[in-house]
Amino acid sequence: MALVEIRNVYKSFKREAQTVDVYSGLSMDFEEGSYTALMGPSGSGKSTLLNLIAGLDKPTSGTVRVEGSEVSSMTSAQLAPWRARTIGFVFQSYNLLPVLTAHQNVELPLLLTNLGKKERAERTEIALGVVGLADRMDHFPRQLSGGQEQRVAIARAIVADPTLILLDEPTGQLDSKSSEEVLELLRRLNDEFHKTIMIVTHDAKAADRAKAVLHLEKGVLLERSQLSGAGVAT
Amino acid sequence: MKFLPLVIANLKRHKLRTLLTTLSVTLALFLFASLRSVVTTLSAGSEVSSASRMVVQNSTAFVIPLPMSYANRLSSVPHVKAVTWANWFGGKYGDGKKFFAQFAIDPASYLAMYPEIQVAEDQKQAFLKERAAAIIGEGLVRSFGWKVGDNITLQGTIFPGDWTFTVRGIYHATLKEYGDDQFMFHYDYLYEKYPDRVTPGWFIMQIDDPTAAPGVAKTIDDQFRNSNAPTKTGTEKAFASGFASMWGNVKLLMSTIGMAVVFAILLVTANAMMMNQRERTSEVAVMKTVGFSDRRVFGLIIIEAAVISLTGALLGLGAAALLPIVTGFGQGGFLPGFHVTIGTMLFGIAVALLLTIASGVFPAWQAARLPVVQALRRVE
Ligand SMILES: Nc1ncnc2c1ncn2[C@@H]1O[C@H](COP(=O)(O)OP(=O)(O)OP(=O)(O)O)[C@@H](O)[C@H]1O
Ligand SMILES: [Mg+2]
Repeated sequence: MALVEIRNVYKSFKREAQTVDVYSGLSMDFEEGSYTALMGPSGSGKSTLLNLIAGLDKPTSGTVRVEGSEVSSMTSAQLAPWRARTIGFVFQSYNLLPVLTAHQNVELPLLLTNLGKKERAERTEIALGVVGLADRMDHFPRQLSGGQEQRVAIARAIVADPTLILLDEPTGQLDSKSSEEVLELLRRLNDEFHKTIMIVTHDAKAADRAKAVLHLEKGVLLERSQLSGAGVAT
Repeated sequence: MKFLPLVIANLKRHKLRTLLTTLSVTLALFLFASLRSVVTTLSAGSEVSSASRMVVQNSTAFVIPLPMSYANRLSSVPHVKAVTWANWFGGKYGDGKKFFAQFAIDPASYLAMYPEIQVAEDQKQAFLKERAAAIIGEGLVRSFGWKVGDNITLQGTIFPGDWTFTVRGIYHATLKEYGDDQFMFHYDYLYEKYPDRVTPGWFIMQIDDPTAAPGVAKTIDDQFRNSNAPTKTGTEKAFASGFASMWGNVKLLMSTIGMAVVFAILLVTANAMMMNQRERTSEVAVMKTVGFSDRRVFGLIIIEAAVISLTGALLGLGAAALLPIVTGFGQGGFLPGFHVTIGTMLFGIAVALLLTIASGVFPAWQAARLPVVQALRRVE
């Protein structure tokens, strides 16, 4: 059984009179320990796919399973604690709460666990250490560079040791040096810590770092190797 | 409470806004408690009055006196055990800026009827013996520094002339609502100077059974109905609140103003809370993505509102409670015994909780039902 199983998912958005069909029967598996880059033109449904996996949005029909639990049919009260345990999410921007320090931001998911104060502090420091920002713990987001902010966001995404790390264009607003830092970090998380990672990106260099690249176009997933041909991924 | 740092951080986001919102709640509750205390103090004044004391006054107008001959006729009414009388003097001391009440009383019978007025036995005897003697409340000692043996000259307004009294006693009011800023002297002293004008302003009777009061009142008022000084008899409580209503419909006015103020502040606070929340839409979305449940998000925002309203409330109620003590306002003047009751404090806390709900629930509910995906699309 794959870690993430997407089965026959339809998703459409209603905007006033017209309906936008993003996927019509999408099926896809992601294995544990995989590191997948998701590419595709704007509006092809990349963000929507991450949202469905994280339970932030629901498919119109079809099922999304993560570790065997059917995310697509959970209630919002069930989803919140499930998400805290299972998903680490990083957006393109606005990830951090501006009123909290780096340390407090990273600690946020741990507040939802039963860990004591001391344990939370330890884990937070480890996570900040992994992203190389142990010396910036007491800085507020506005005192950090864009790349550092994204690394804090990644520290928060990994601190509770989730099953799956989802990143939606995490390097979209970074210069090449900062992007490099972030990509390097993701690579290490996958290599050394065996984290399952899915990253949405427009940047071919970022995609190169992943173990697999998927191309989403008109609601259909194509593997990079198949791009020249026209095969449809299962 | 591990979420507390989160609440505090959010309160510190706009320090000035938080401070101003808190201060407006402080002001609202200060005004609320002060205005309500005027009402409770006035009502308490009428509560003090012993249920077994009744007052007879002229039914035509409170200021028109009654014939002295009524004293004997009142004492022969069934259930009436004792009768005394008093007169309003209305004098002025010095520049007259500090007001205090002066009564001419029938000394022995009056003091016997009012156990609330406590005077040392030797002072009492000295007062009873001397025609121009006066007893004064402890409040007047505080205000004017008078002491036993002082000669005090008042200017009569109703009864013209300079009137000099010698302080022979200082009384302590066992019930502070009774007031300890009264100046009392011999009725006979007044009568001597104006024998053809002075008759009792009102009579006070002790009855042996409070439940007989309505019957007693009817008997007396019927008896004098067709005389040229018809009477209005009631319990002392009714008499005291009659005094209070001379101020106009104070209670209604105060309560209305109090409520209007609280309501206005409520709108200000609710508005500030909603502005706060609107700015934080994307942050709420991030918290939910991290795994905060809708209920937790709701709770955190309510707590934030509660911290503001309860802090403001405690400051406002505390100030209202301390003010009469620090300034001595409760000691004299028109509102003897002015103080903030426990009831008013609890009422104030209840108002603050209501404020929390009113200002916090709407933004909290909005944040709780905010769909993450929608919220993030708006900002990105
Ligand atoms: N909440 C929504 N309401 C209406 N339409 C939506 C909503 N979310 C997504 N869509 C539409 O669904 C389609 C897929 O959107 P999605 O955000 O998944 O694209 P994307 O591949 O992430 O694009 P980009 O590269 O620009 O981020 C788009 O046409 C978008 O307009
Ligand atoms: Mg997107």
